[in-house]
Amino acid sequence: MTLTNTAGPAAIKADYTAMVQRKRLYSGALLIVFVALLAAGFNLADRRNAGGFWDGLHKILDFPAELLGEAIGKAPALPGHLLYYFPAMLETINIAAVSTLIGALIAIVLSLLSTRGLARWPRLIPLFRRMMDIMRALPEIVIALVLIFILGGGPIPAMIAIAFHTAGALGKLFSEVNENADLKPVEGLASVGASWLQRMWLGVLPQVMPNYLSYALLRFEINVRASAILGFVGAGGIGAELRVAISWGAGRYDAAAAIFLLLFLTIVAIDQVSSHYRNRLVKGR
Amino acid sequence: MLEIRDVTRRFGRNTAVDSVALSIPHGQMIGVIGRSGAGKSTLLRMVNRLLDPSQGSIFFDATEVSALRGAALRGWQRDCAMIFQQFNLVPRLDVVSNVLHGTLNRRSTAATIFNLFPQADIHRAIDILDRLGIADHAPKRVEALSGGQQQRVAIARALMQDPKIILADEPIASLDPMNAQVVMDTLRRINDEDGRTVVCNLHTLDTARRYCDRVVGMRDGRVVFDGSPEELTTSAAREIYGAGDDFSEAATSTAIEALEPIRDFVRAPAFAL
Repeated sequence: MTLTNTAGPAAIKADYTAMVQRKRLYSGALLIVFVALLAAGFNLADRRNAGGFWDGLHKILDFPAELLGEAIGKAPALPGHLLYYFPAMLETINIAAVSTLIGALIAIVLSLLSTRGLARWPRLIPLFRRMMDIMRALPEIVIALVLIFILGGGPIPAMIAIAFHTAGALGKLFSEVNENADLKPVEGLASVGASWLQRMWLGVLPQVMPNYLSYALLRFEINVRASAILGFVGAGGIGAELRVAISWGAGRYDAAAAIFLLLFLTIVAIDQVSSHYRNRLVKGR
Repeated sequence: MLEIRDVTRRFGRNTAVDSVALSIPHGQMIGVIGRSGAGKSTLLRMVNRLLDPSQGSIFFDATEVSALRGAALRGWQRDCAMIFQQFNLVPRLDVVSNVLHGTLNRRSTAATIFNLFPQADIHRAIDILDRLGIADHAPKRVEALSGGQQQRVAIARALMQDPKIILADEPIASLDPMNAQVVMDTLRRINDEDGRTVVCNLHTLDTARRYCDRVVGMRDGRVVFDGSPEELTTSAAREIYGAGDDFSEAATSTAIEALEPIRDFVRAPAFAL
């Protein structure tokens, strides 16, 4: 280097080195705290285990192995099972699809009402936000149990329970999408005298629709699983069949394997179809 | 010696670079001119191997650059620094960290992921920034800097690589005239003082005439001019740009002062960093 490094660069070097060392010290300390918390938390959790965590650990694969073994032993029955359980799978998918659709429509309204800069009544934003918080806080299985108790078993209570949760969950995601929307088109529509609904429908939705769609399709996938679980508590569909098939000692693990295969294939199909349509929507064909 | 031997690059049906042959001796400063879409960027990207040639080969001394793979390829990319029109820095990291990225090829991945760079490297980075006149900004985030300052950070990253050759893809196209001059002066200084080869894509003819030892003109993927700056007359420029008689350089010139060639300016004793 030239001899121009008098006070200037030397001081900068010292300052920068001090900054780097301070940063390293902080991240080192954070790492130690994190590891200590992890170790302490693990010990606490281990003490609170009811049975022997360590005694049971090596048996964790026993059940899947037994299930797979039996399913492979009865492999020729698999296509028959797939065909037999397909209508139940359809019922589960229907519950998921209807609840996603209804939940998403409610979510769009709630999200527009709770986004700063777009809300119809800015003062009521906290109200709509808390409404969505409640919808997300209640587990769908609790709502389903209550509704099944009142309305009796079947797909309708499951659908309402899942739609309720979906509205809250998607509403939060949609409102985050809305916050990133460009406000200039909305201002443009306001300048021609458009109403609030016209501004939202024609100015905001065209911008946010692709993101809405991909979140809703992800939610659809989650809801397929949720509606399968609700079958366990009497909501019908593939879950009810799974509950019967997977109970221990019934000797029907081949049927359980077929149901898992159906669920897996459904998720794959949703993923493929949704990415195809999302690409078409984003790229404008 | 960098040798480009009949290199062709196609994108689908389009031919971006059409059997270009050039040989560039060590220590030369070359300007490549031509209108947008003439294949200048594609040519530089193939030399750095950000793109692969469809046909032909590129040699540096005895090494066939166009055949390198894996670690050897990344080693070549270290020796062949690239400067971009849009700077291509990481905006949320501070200036020194961006300059230290020039050493990534030499350091282990594990150490660099945790941001552990040797003290000596940090000091060298600040020395380079001082040489380019932006040491004061060392701890700032890159996104807080002006375009001209960011381009100098990008040049500092390139110097940190200690490259044998520097490729600059329209380094001044997004800068105002003052900053453009600072950046071009800096590139010329690196060429004069360190003896590094500089290949520079340019949009402005006066810049090419003023700073370069040799000018190459490209049109539709082919080299249509290769000569000294003096030979780059207005009629030669019309040929390169495919323009008619109404083409006037002065109309779009960005130069502030009179166009004196400064190629013979103070050849200071080469100083190593």
